[in-house]
Amino acid sequence: MSLTNQRIQQDGKLLKSLTGIKGLDEVTFGGLPAGRPTLVCGNPGCGKTLLTVEFLVRGAIEYNEPGVFISFDENKEDIAINAASIGFDLADLSKKGKIFVDSISIDHNQVGVSGGYDLEGLFIRLDYAVNAIGAKRVGIDSIDSLFSGLTQHNLLRSEFKRLLNWLKEKGLTAIVTAERGERALTRNRLEEYIADCVILIDHRVERQILTRRLCVTKYRGSSHGTNEYPFLLDSNGISVLPVTSIGLEYKVSDEHISTGIAHLDTMLDEKGYFCGSTVLVSGTAGTGKTSVALHLANATCARGQRCLYLASEESPHQVIRNARSIGMDLEPFVKQGALRLVASRPTSFGIETHLVATHRLINEFAPSVIIMDPITNYSDIGSENEIKMLMMRLIDLMKASNITSLYTTLNGSDESLYTSSMGISSLMDTWIFLTNNEYSGERTRGLSIIKSRGMSHSNQTRDFLITDKGIKILDAYTGSGITTKGGTYQWMTLMRKMLGDPMSQWRKRLNQ
Amino acid sequence: MAQETESIGNHTTWQLRLYVAGQTLKSVTAISNLNEICEKHLNSKYKIEVVDLRREPQLALQDDIVAIPTLVKTLPMPLRKILGDLSDTDNVLVGLDIEKITKTHDESK
Repeated sequence: MSLTNQRIQQDGKLLKSLTGIKGLDEVTFGGLPAGRPTLVCGNPGCGKTLLTVEFLVRGAIEYNEPGVFISFDENKEDIAINAASIGFDLADLSKKGKIFVDSISIDHNQVGVSGGYDLEGLFIRLDYAVNAIGAKRVGIDSIDSLFSGLTQHNLLRSEFKRLLNWLKEKGLTAIVTAERGERALTRNRLEEYIADCVILIDHRVERQILTRRLCVTKYRGSSHGTNEYPFLLDSNGISVLPVTSIGLEYKVSDEHISTGIAHLDTMLDEKGYFCGSTVLVSGTAGTGKTSVALHLANATCARGQRCLYLASEESPHQVIRNARSIGMDLEPFVKQGALRLVASRPTSFGIETHLVATHRLINEFAPSVIIMDPITNYSDIGSENEIKMLMMRLIDLMKASNITSLYTTLNGSDESLYTSSMGISSLMDTWIFLTNNEYSGERTRGLSIIKSRGMSHSNQTRDFLITDKGIKILDAYTGSGITTKGGTYQWMTLMRKMLGDPMSQWRKRLNQ
Repeated sequence: MAQETESIGNHTTWQLRLYVAGQTLKSVTAISNLNEICEKHLNSKYKIEVVDLRREPQLALQDDIVAIPTLVKTLPMPLRKILGDLSDTDNVLVGLDIEKITKTHDESK
C-alpha cells in the first residue's frame, strides 16, 4: 500500500487525509476522512490532546496543510508545553502561519444567562482562524469542556451538530475530542452526531504497567483495522503499532544462514536456519540455550552482517564475558557496530513499549539477525495471550523485513518435555530442544530438533559439550540400531577402540 | 476594595460591551433590551459599546467570546458575562450587580 499520496482515493469516492502519525495511517488504511470530522474519544490522560496536536502539526509540516487548534481545556502556554513534550515548537509554527492556536475558557462562575443565545462566537473565531492561515485541518479539544461550562445541553447539542456541518461545508479535515462515557462512547453521546469516523483510545494499568491502546470503532465507507492497537506516547510523538496488519503475506527466502555450530548446520539440512525464519531454543535451566544463541550472533557478525541481541536477564558486559568463556570474542563486533547488545528487563515497561522500542531498534539498526534471550520473562508483564500477540507482532515485523530471529525460552523442570512457555511454538519455524539428562551418575547435554519447517532435518537427539571453544555436538553412536549417550557413549567408544564393535562381537558370539 | 465599592455607589459608570453578530433577531433584541434596562436602572451612568463580530471577528479573542449575544461588564469589577438576548431582566440585573448597588445607593440617601 503506497502512502505517498497526500490524499488517497479509495472505493471511488472516499478521500482520505494522511495524519502523518506513525501507524495510524496503516490502521485506517490511509488516514482520516478528508474534509470531514473524526471523533476521538477516551478517558482523561489517554493522549487525546497530543493525538490532535500531532495530527495538526504533521499536517502542517509534512503535508502543507495548516491547522487550527481550538482548546477548551488548556491555555496557550500549557498547550505549547504539551506540544514541546513530543518535540513540536508551536510558537514557531504559529509565527510561520502554519498553526493557529486559540484557547477558549468558559468560567461558569463568571457567566450568567439571560435569554436565548447560540455559539455563533465560536463559529466566528473558528472562521477567522481558518481564514487567517488558510487552514485545511482543525482540532477541537475537548468538546465536553463546553458542555461542563454551559448548562443548556439541548442547545449545545444542536450547535455541535451545526459545527460538524460547518466543518464539512468548509471541507476541513477535523478531529473533535470527547471524554469517554460510562455507558456510551462519549459522555454526552456525541458519537451519535459524527457518522464518519470514530477512534477510541484507552489506557489501562495492568500488572502495574500502563498500556495505551487505540481502536478504530467506526469508519463509514472504508475498511479499517479492527483490533485494539497498542500505541506509545513519547518524545517522538505517537506511534501506533499496526504490525499485525502485515499478516501472512510476506515473501520467504530460500537462502540459509549458518547457526554458527558446524554440526547443527548439518542437522538442519546441511545448511542451517532459513533466512528470515524464526528459531525457538527451549530447555530447562543451564542447558546451554544462550550458548546456542551466542553462536548465531558470532557467526552473523563474522560474516559482516548485523545482529541485534536483546538480553533480558544479563547485562551487555555479562553477555560478552560469557561469550568469551566459550571462545567467542564479541567485543570487536560491538565496537565495529556489527553487534548491538541491548539489555532491559521486561518489567521495566509495558508490552507496547517493548514492541515500539524493538520496532525502532529494528528500523534504525537494520539487523539481519535478532536474538531475544530469553523471552520467558515477558510473561511477567502480560497474560499468555497478550505475550503471544506481542510475539506475533514482532515476528510479523521481522518476517516482513526478512530478519532471522532466535528466541530462547526456559522450561520449568517439572513441565512436560515439550511445554514451550507462552504457547508460541506454533509461531516458530525451527524448534531446538535442549535437555540435561542425568544418567549413570553424570549429566549429559542433549540437543534435538523438534521441528524445522521446509527442510529435512535430523531426528536424532545428539549429545553435546560446551567447551572453551564453543558448543561441540558429538557424533551419535548409531551402531546396531541403538543410540547411546553420554558416559555410556564414551565408554563404548573406548571399548570399540580396544576391542572393536562390542555389539558385533557379541552377535558373532551368539551366531557361533 | 472597600473604597472602590464606595465610589461605585456614587460616581462609577458601568462599562458594558455587547457582542453581537450581524443583524440577527437575537442581536437586535439584545441591543434594545440592554438599552432599556440601562435607561431604567443606571440613570445614564453607563457606557455601552456594541461590537459586531461579523465585522471585526478578531475582537472575539479579547473577551473570549463563544456565545452570541454576550454582554460583558468590564467595570465595576468584577468582570461578568451574560449570555443571551437579555430578555430575562432579573438575571441581567443580578449579573450586572445593579440591583444591589442601586439599593445601597438609595439607602445612603
